[in-house]
Amino acid sequence: MTKPIYLDYQATTPCDPRVVEKMLPYFTEHFGNPHSRSHVYGWDAEDAVEDARAKVASILKVSPKEIIFTSGATESNNLALKGVMGFYGKEKPHLITCVTEHKCVLDTARHLEQQGYEVTYLPVKPNGLIDLDELKAAITDKTALVSIMIANNEIGVIQPIAEIGQICRERGVFFHTDAAQAVGKIPLDMDAMNIDLLSVSGHKVYGPKGVGALYVRRKPRVRLQALINGGGQERGMRSGTLSPALCVGLGEACALAEKEMDFEGKRQKEFADLFTSMVRDELAEVVLNGDEKHRLAGSLNLSFAGVEGEGLMMGINNLAVSSGSACTSASLEPSYVLRALGVDEEMAHTSLRISFGRFTTEDEVRTAATKIIQEVKRLREMSPLWEMMQEGIDLKSIQWAEH
Amino acid sequence: MAYSNMLIDHYEHPRNVGGLDKDSPNVGTGLVGAPACGDVMKLQIEVGEDGTITDAKFKTFGCGSAIASSSLVTEWVKGKTLDEAKSIRNTEIAQHLSLPPVKIHCSMLAEDAIKAAVKDLQDKKAKGAAA
Amino acid sequence: MRIYLDYNATAPLRESAKVALLEAYEQVGNPSSAHTYGRHARSYVDHARRIIQDKLNAPGTRVIFTSGGTEANNLALRGLTASVFISAIEHSAVRNAQEGAHIIPVSTDGIVDLQGMERLLQDAPRGSLVSVMLANNETGVIEPVQDVARLAKQHGHLVHTDAVQAVGKIPVSFRELDVDMMSISAHKFGGPMGVGALIVRGDLQLDPVLRGGGQEFGMRSGTVPAPMVHALDVALVDAIAHLSDYDMVGKLRDRIEAAICPSGIVHSQAVPRVPNTICASMPGAEAQLQLMAFDLAGIAISVGSACSSGKVKTSSILKAMGVDETLASQAVRISLGYNTTEAEVDQFIEEWHKIYNNAQKGKS
Repeated sequence: MTKPIYLDYQATTPCDPRVVEKMLPYFTEHFGNPHSRSHVYGWDAEDAVEDARAKVASILKVSPKEIIFTSGATESNNLALKGVMGFYGKEKPHLITCVTEHKCVLDTARHLEQQGYEVTYLPVKPNGLIDLDELKAAITDKTALVSIMIANNEIGVIQPIAEIGQICRERGVFFHTDAAQAVGKIPLDMDAMNIDLLSVSGHKVYGPKGVGALYVRRKPRVRLQALINGGGQERGMRSGTLSPALCVGLGEACALAEKEMDFEGKRQKEFADLFTSMVRDELAEVVLNGDEKHRLAGSLNLSFAGVEGEGLMMGINNLAVSSGSACTSASLEPSYVLRALGVDEEMAHTSLRISFGRFTTEDEVRTAATKIIQEVKRLREMSPLWEMMQEGIDLKSIQWAEH
Repeated sequence: MAYSNMLIDHYEHPRNVGGLDKDSPNVGTGLVGAPACGDVMKLQIEVGEDGTITDAKFKTFGCGSAIASSSLVTEWVKGKTLDEAKSIRNTEIAQHLSLPPVKIHCSMLAEDAIKAAVKDLQDKKAKGAAA
Repeated sequence: MRIYLDYNATAPLRESAKVALLEAYEQVGNPSSAHTYGRHARSYVDHARRIIQDKLNAPGTRVIFTSGGTEANNLALRGLTASVFISAIEHSAVRNAQEGAHIIPVSTDGIVDLQGMERLLQDAPRGSLVSVMLANNETGVIEPVQDVARLAKQHGHLVHTDAVQAVGKIPVSFRELDVDMMSISAHKFGGPMGVGALIVRGDLQLDPVLRGGGQEFGMRSGTVPAPMVHALDVALVDAIAHLSDYDMVGKLRDRIEAAICPSGIVHSQAVPRVPNTICASMPGAEAQLQLMAFDLAGIAISVGSACSSGKVKTSSILKAMGVDETLASQAVRISLGYNTTEAEVDQFIEEWHKIYNNAQKGKS
């Protein structure tokens, strides 16, 4: 069987071969432990880590001293939330986040609630964006931190980050953002956007899995309670031996992304437009979930009315796409993100996440659109819901036996 | 998750997709599941003079296992009496299609669909007799 | 020619693991995704779990992949709501994982004091956690973890062992040690840096350090780095298959010790140790001076653990053993690897004597 066409770049990206090439020497000839201070093996490794740190800093336009390496965005998000609340939470026990955040933010927030902190979960508008007035209203003098992601992992919408940053700065509240899906795709500037903490993921930016970073502002200084304790690496904020190869990989991935961002963004926008127009020319009742304009260029989340997403995925098994986030797709719950947008449960069940990336070709986009059109048509033919919709029956008027 | 060839065959080549005249006195319609749960099955059966099922059609909104389960039961109920059809158990369906554990509910839904279709038909007949 | 004698800090990637890593990096896929790519990544992860259970004799356990030994230790020590007892010679990742841990003393040889431990445990609430490492990173001493576990279990406590420095050097059996949790780190046995695991008894549920998507049985969220895990798998198989290499390593270690004694003093020499580690004091020469002199000669050694801030501090481990302060300040760690050669060892011995003789001259 030929390999399926990969259209799930939001779940993970391949490690770019150019990145792998840079990493390799640090797995082999320069194998030292970067924390070994007594010999050249250690110094070489440390130099590589610091060089990588500078590259990560560059894409965020900050000082390398403000970058902490972690095992990935999940750890970065955990560290940002628990770290800030742990340090400032006695005086300011309030955290504000949003209902469509990644599970690692929501789960951490829930855990903080159990520990006695107060958490506000901002709702989103039907387009997936938060209402800035609601944010303003939610901030109190007890608020320590606002955590709102830049780009959503399921629907690709981009929150008004600079505006959020400004509100937070004016109110003297720290602003953390999960940028796992945004780094390398849209330009980011920590000062211009007033971001105090920002999470980076290696494997979403064509770097290796197992590494990420957290930007922590130095002026004004943000202090954190560490999450992983031990040897006191990363200025005490994150213990554990750093893997030079992984750090180098993340650094190189950031450097490549920084260089190719404009070009890639345009290319992926064309793909998304091509795909959408092909599908809409052939199929009625296809809904784009999330704001039309404020979104990542290469990410689409579409609902195909009358066709259940998992059933559709089986029919298009030559395409690697996902229904909902990779973390939840094993369960049968409809996506909590789509539900938060107010998408009806039945429409949430008909959604596919399709994301294009650096290695996507136009041929692949055309093949994918053609296949999806064909399968949606086939499955609609055997869908009782589609039949009812065609007959003009309001699905809500029926007494369904929920099971 | 690995699906059996049998399941994939029913998904790719579903048998008896379509509908029967739901107003016919000889047709029973079962509509089970809910869109909000991610699966809806519509199963229709038609009985002949002798009371055996002569035709069956389905339409299903759901995953591959749900589609395959409903396709399979349309084959199984044909030629059966209503009582025989009602005695089809979800475990037989699950076993025949080698459904993975997380998909057992699809076979249960198919069993429910048969029962609902039979009940609809029997209700119609009873109403017809009363009238 | 540079000579690397700091294998306890990190070991170079084994060739087999490098091949595995390269192969895995050609694949894409999030192990949590449902499609073919995801399943392929998942197969690496599932296979590695089975290999760890098999090679470390840990049937019925759950293997939780982490970013390394430090995270595994943090998870083990903080995952249960329990009083914690640790030995006085634990790695900082155990020592600093949980505030308020009770300290179990060690003998002058660096072996955990079982009687002292029992006294401490008598009054401890049932279900406390005892953490004693399997092999010490500085002295190489093999701790009587099996005895620790037996005693702890008599009092209804749970046992964790940090086996980071033991795996790949001596046979390790989770089952025979009868522990409840065990930490391992790939880069100490020839796998890549940045991945490790906590092996957990099948019926234990730990409160996670990292929360989110609920991966790793709900005990460690975050995308599992399938390529790293695959390389860990291959390195572990390789390391266990070549455990007998350490017979030779042990002979080389003995050769060094015979050559530097009695001028030099080897700590914990009389007790069971992993075959590759020497903790030796050179009278008259501060550790810092030795490190510099060896580095000039192209030989990489270290003091204590590699994670500290860079300042050469007197080892807390030697202090816990009650080693005289002057002697402790003169102690360095020499750790050999499976590919250390006799020529390298002889070079080391020659340099050792040069530095020693210079130091003696300086004294007079």
